[in-house]
Amino acid sequence: MISRRDFLQVSMAASALVGASGFGNWAKLAAQQALTQDQLLEFDTFGNVSLIHITDIHAQLKPIYFREPEINIGVGDNKGKVPHITGADFRKAYGIEDGSPSAYALTYNDFSSLAQAYGKVGGLDRVATVVKAIRADRPDAILLDGGDTWHGSYTCYQTDGQDMVNVMNALKPDAMTFHWEFTLGQDRVRDILADLPFAALGQNIFDAEWDEPSEEFADYQFFERGGAKIAVIGQAFPYMPIANPGWMFPDFSFGIRDERMQEMVDEVRGQGADLVVVLSHNGFDVDKQMVSNVSGIDVVLSGHTHDAIPEPVLVGETIIVASGSNGKFVSRVDLDVRDGRMMGFRHKLIPIFSDVIEPDAEMSALIDEQRAPYEAEMAEVIGQTDSTLYRRGNFNGTWDDLICDALLSEREADIAMSPGVRWGPSLIPGDDITREDIWNVTSMTYGKAYRSEMTGEFIKVILEDVADNIFNPNPYYQQGGDMVRIGGMGYAIDISKPQGERISDMTLLSTGEAIDPARNYVVAGWASVNEGTEGPQIWDVVENHIAKQGTVTIEARDNVKVTGV
Amino acid sequence: MEFTRRETLAVGAAAVVATALPLPALASTDDAIAAFTGGADVADGGVDLDAPEIAENGNTVPIEVGAEGAVSIMVLAAGNPTPGVATFNFGPMAGATRAKTRIRLAGTQDVVAVAKMADGSFAKTSKTVKVTIGGCGG
Repeated sequence: MISRRDFLQVSMAASALVGASGFGNWAKLAAQQALTQDQLLEFDTFGNVSLIHITDIHAQLKPIYFREPEINIGVGDNKGKVPHITGADFRKAYGIEDGSPSAYALTYNDFSSLAQAYGKVGGLDRVATVVKAIRADRPDAILLDGGDTWHGSYTCYQTDGQDMVNVMNALKPDAMTFHWEFTLGQDRVRDILADLPFAALGQNIFDAEWDEPSEEFADYQFFERGGAKIAVIGQAFPYMPIANPGWMFPDFSFGIRDERMQEMVDEVRGQGADLVVVLSHNGFDVDKQMVSNVSGIDVVLSGHTHDAIPEPVLVGETIIVASGSNGKFVSRVDLDVRDGRMMGFRHKLIPIFSDVIEPDAEMSALIDEQRAPYEAEMAEVIGQTDSTLYRRGNFNGTWDDLICDALLSEREADIAMSPGVRWGPSLIPGDDITREDIWNVTSMTYGKAYRSEMTGEFIKVILEDVADNIFNPNPYYQQGGDMVRIGGMGYAIDISKPQGERISDMTLLSTGEAIDPARNYVVAGWASVNEGTEGPQIWDVVENHIAKQGTVTIEARDNVKVTGV
Repeated sequence: MEFTRRETLAVGAAAVVATALPLPALASTDDAIAAFTGGADVADGGVDLDAPEIAENGNTVPIEVGAEGAVSIMVLAAGNPTPGVATFNFGPMAGATRAKTRIRLAGTQDVVAVAKMADGSFAKTSKTVKVTIGGCGG
C-alpha cells in the first residue's frame, strides 16, 4: 500500500516555482517531476529584507481542505479584476495548467478529485516548517500576522483563544493586527495583549469615548533589517462594530481613516523609514483604494477577504500581497531596500500542501497539547457527506445550504438566514462529519440560533442592506463578507442596481408563492450582532440535523438568480 | 440578526426609510444653505469634512469640520427630518478653525458642511455616511 506522501512523489505531475514570482511557472515543469518540499520552498534569496505574511488562519491548527470560490464578483472599477476572477479565467490569467497543484490550490474546479490526489492543506506545524526554512535563509525575516487568528475552531472557543495564542507565540511573529479577535470580548483581548510578546498594531483602532487613537494598540513598529529601517503600520478591520457585535468591545472604534494613515506614513518617513509596510485587515478592494488615496506605502500585506493571489498586484508604486486563509498559504516577499526606497522585490505565495511539507515536530507536539483535552469530543463522528461541503461564494455554498436546512427543520421556520462569512474549511464526498468539522464552520462567541417573525418587507430590507455591503461600487462602503445565505426562499438580485432596487422576485419555496411584504414569516438564523439573543447554539442545531440525516447530500441549488454582472 | 417583535417594528420602520440611498435632501437643506449664504455662490470643496464612510452607530456619528480662514461653518444632515445640526462661529482669536462633534443620522444620507470665509466667500463639502443594519462581515 502506497502512502499518500509517496503517491504524491511518485506520480503527481507537479513542480515548484522557479523565478521571480508566483505559480505561473509551475505549469512549465508539470509532468516532469514530483512535488517536493524543497521545490515548494525554493527561493532565490533576494535583496536585504524578507517579509513573511500569514493571515486569516481562523484557528485552523490542523490540515484541512479549503475550496476557493466559484462566484466572486467585482463591481465598479474592480469588475473583472483580481481577485474577482475565478476558475478557468484565473488559471488563464496566471498560466496555470488544469489539474495541476496550483489549480487545486487556487481554483475550485474538480475540487473533490484534486483534493483526493493532492491531499489536505495547511496545518500550523507545516507553516512552522516553512517559516523556519525562510528564517534559515534569512534569519531576521519579519513574520507578520494579518489577524483573524484567535477565532474559528472548537479548541479556540473552549480556550478563549488561548490555544492560538500559545501556538502563534511559538511561531514568533513580529507584529499582528486584528478583526475577529475582538469577538472574544474586550476584556479577554486586553488579557492577551498584556502578555503578547510582539507588537499589536492598528492605526485605525480608536478609543470610542474620546474618538482618539487608542493607547492600547501601537500605530506602527520599526524594525532594522539589512541596514534598512522598516516601518510596519497596522490597519485593523475597519467595520468591527457593524459587521460584528459592537457590544462586545464598546470601548473601541475603528473605520478606514485613510487621512490618519497618510499622517502615519509621513510620520514614519520623517523618522527615517526606508520601507513602509502596511499590515492590513481592510480586504483587498479597500486596500487598493486606500493606496490610491495614501502616498508613500511600499508594501501592503492584505487580509480579510481571504484572497490567494499568486503575484503581487501593483497599484502605482505599491505592491499588494494577499495570502489566502485558514493556514493554506504563506507569502514570502524579499525586498531590495536601498537609499531610502524599495528598489525591487521577489515574491512567492507558498501553498501549504500538508502531505508534501514535513510537519515541524516541536510545533506538532504543541498543537496536540492544545487539542488533547478536547480530542474525544471533537473526534466524534456525527454523520457522513456525499457532497463537497464548502462555504466560499458570493451567494451560497453547500455548508450554508446544510446549515439553513438545519435551521428550517430543527427550528421549524419558514425561512433561514446564515451569515455570509468567508471562513470555514471544506469536506469532500465520503468524508465523515465530525463535531470538530461542524465547529470549524460555526464556532463563534455569538452563535445562538434565534427564531423570530419578520415581515416580508423587512426581509427585503435585510437583503438590500447586506447586498449593498458587498456590491456598492465604492469599496469603502463594502464590508468584505458575502451575501447572507437564505434557506426556504428564492430571490433575484441585479447587482448593478443601487440599494433598494437590487432584490426582486422573493418567493417562499415551500409554497411557490411570492413573499408578501405585509405578512409575517418565521425566520431562523444565527450570528446576530444584537445583545441578548436567545436560542440554542448553532453548532448544536446543525449537529442534531446531521445526526438525523446520517449521510448528507446537498445538490446544487438555484434559489438565487443573479443578473447585472 | 435577531430581533424581538418590538425591535423588529422599530428597526423596520427606520430601515425602510434607509432603503433610499442617499435620503433625498429635504427642501429645507437648500433653504438653510440659502439663509446662511444670503443666496451667494458656493464653491464646491474647500471644507475639511471628516466623517466615517459607514457609521458604527447612527445615533452618535463622530464628525469633524474645518476650513482655513473660516469665520463660520454650518453643518447639515441633509436626510434628517430636521437637517440643521450646528453652526460653529470662529472669532479672530480662535486658535484653529476646526470643530468636532457627534451627530445623529436617521439613515444613509449626505452630511454637508458650508463654510463662510473671512473674505465673505462660501465653500461647501458633503460626504455620504452609510447607516446600515450590518451583521454579516467576513
